Amino acid sequence: MTEKEFKRPDGRKLTEMRPVSAKVGVVPNAQGSAMFTSGKTIAIAAVYGPKKMHPQHQQNPATGQLRCEYNMMSFSVSDRIRPGRNRRSMEISEITKWALEPALMLEQYPNQVVDVHVNIIQADAGTRCAGINAAALALAHAGIPMKDMVSSISIGKLDKTLVVDLTKEEEDFEEGEGPTDIPVSMTHDGKVTHMQLDGKINVKQLQESIDMAKVACDEVYEVQKKALKDAIKMGGSE
Amino acid sequence: MRLRWGEVNKMDKQRTTSCITAERIKQYLAEGKRFDDRKLDQFRNLIIEKNVSNKAEGSVRVRLGKTEVLVGVKMATSEPYADSPTKGNLMVTAELLPLSAARFESGPPKFEAIELGRVTDRGLRESGFIDFDKLCIEPGKKVWTVFVDVYSINDDGNMMDAATIGAIAALKIAKIPKYDAENDKVLFDELTDVSLPLTDIVPVAVSVHKIGNSLIVDPTREEEDISESRITIGSSKGMISSLQKSNSTALEMDEMKKVFEIAAKVSEDVLDSIEKALK
Repeated sequence: MTEKEFKRPDGRKLTEMRPVSAKVGVVPNAQGSAMFTSGKTIAIAAVYGPKKMHPQHQQNPATGQLRCEYNMMSFSVSDRIRPGRNRRSMEISEITKWALEPALMLEQYPNQVVDVHVNIIQADAGTRCAGINAAALALAHAGIPMKDMVSSISIGKLDKTLVVDLTKEEEDFEEGEGPTDIPVSMTHDGKVTHMQLDGKINVKQLQESIDMAKVACDEVYEVQKKALKDAIKMGGSE
Repeated sequence: MRLRWGEVNKMDKQRTTSCITAERIKQYLAEGKRFDDRKLDQFRNLIIEKNVSNKAEGSVRVRLGKTEVLVGVKMATSEPYADSPTKGNLMVTAELLPLSAARFESGPPKFEAIELGRVTDRGLRESGFIDFDKLCIEPGKKVWTVFVDVYSINDDGNMMDAATIGAIAALKIAKIPKYDAENDKVLFDELTDVSLPLTDIVPVAVSVHKIGNSLIVDPTREEEDISESRITIGSSKGMISSLQKSNSTALEMDEMKKVFEIAAKVSEDVLDSIEKALK
């Protein structure tokens, strides 16, 4: 990739994410919970369960199940959105589940369900990625057995240049080939669990974007790991 | 449309393929073979019948093997969205009719139908196939909205790609109705001979399915039942404009990269068959 004189509106480098922060334990009532902030996008997630699946006819005796709900708060965007579910939120809920499930070991919980509730408090693009990051953290915080962590980032293409982590302003970019948004979620060992794309990109650049996503996801992973460690008071050393 | 929390989770797909058949399909695929003698990256025979519903501005019946969908285009005038005052609108919806398979039930759309509509929409919208600027009647006041509605007639797998093929074909043959500006009325009975403003970027969708270690396209119902992951890619001449990975299966990075190549290549074959079928 050529590091041309492409200037991002907020002055970030091409491969630079927005400042991220993560914290677990933000919802004391929940089994596990987390907040994930990426620039001006803020997501919180809470995990309840494993608990008996209701309604009963949805129980699966072979394995536990994951249920995800993604919701944008009505005031999280400039034009208020009607509260409640819509087609977009239903799709992202399912996408979130698909992104996380490969990392979970739910076979140990037959007939049970783990509920993950993701809420977007403030939105500035990349809400599904922030939501997935918060949800993965909340699951780990809840002590749900996991094979690996899941981290998520959106790769963008502005005109012809690949960049990491688009903001809303960049999503509305209109020059040249316009914006392309490619949210990707990965396990830490480099398996793709979720990927979507909106825009225009050739095969080669799309392949490149996967490699970029891996690098960025590794950064997110470190933040997630630190948040989990910070939540544990290590005895002895202090 | 209001949807209750939990609705999605009832979607647990009913699978109709037995374990024995599933095993045999996998055995075959491992040897690069399929039950119907197709290659792994080969589509079924495509047949498109035009103008199947006369009140629609454009309509087609698409048959992909035994899979069959009806797609109709309707138009209406409306106010433009505030963020695009000079652009027309597109609305794509899909319905999986109970008549098309035993596993579909009536009632509010389930996740599968919602995803079908949204992924089809994204492919058409993002590619630049429709020139939305030319669908403006009066900037800031009146624009055309193009409705693309997909109905399943018989589900034998790969509804996803059949829906996009149908949408492309229906849009291509659609004619804009007459608009009476004085009375702000659309005269649906008087179709003009003006086609929709389309470009030559045709966003053909190709879904690549992962079954075991094999990557295949255009699965039959049996194959789709045992698919571990579906990656639907809309592309035109090597330019990818939409992508959606479905299901809870992780793919290696290299596997994903291969998927992009397969989809881009196969989409050109499919575009050829669409053009042949429309002749």
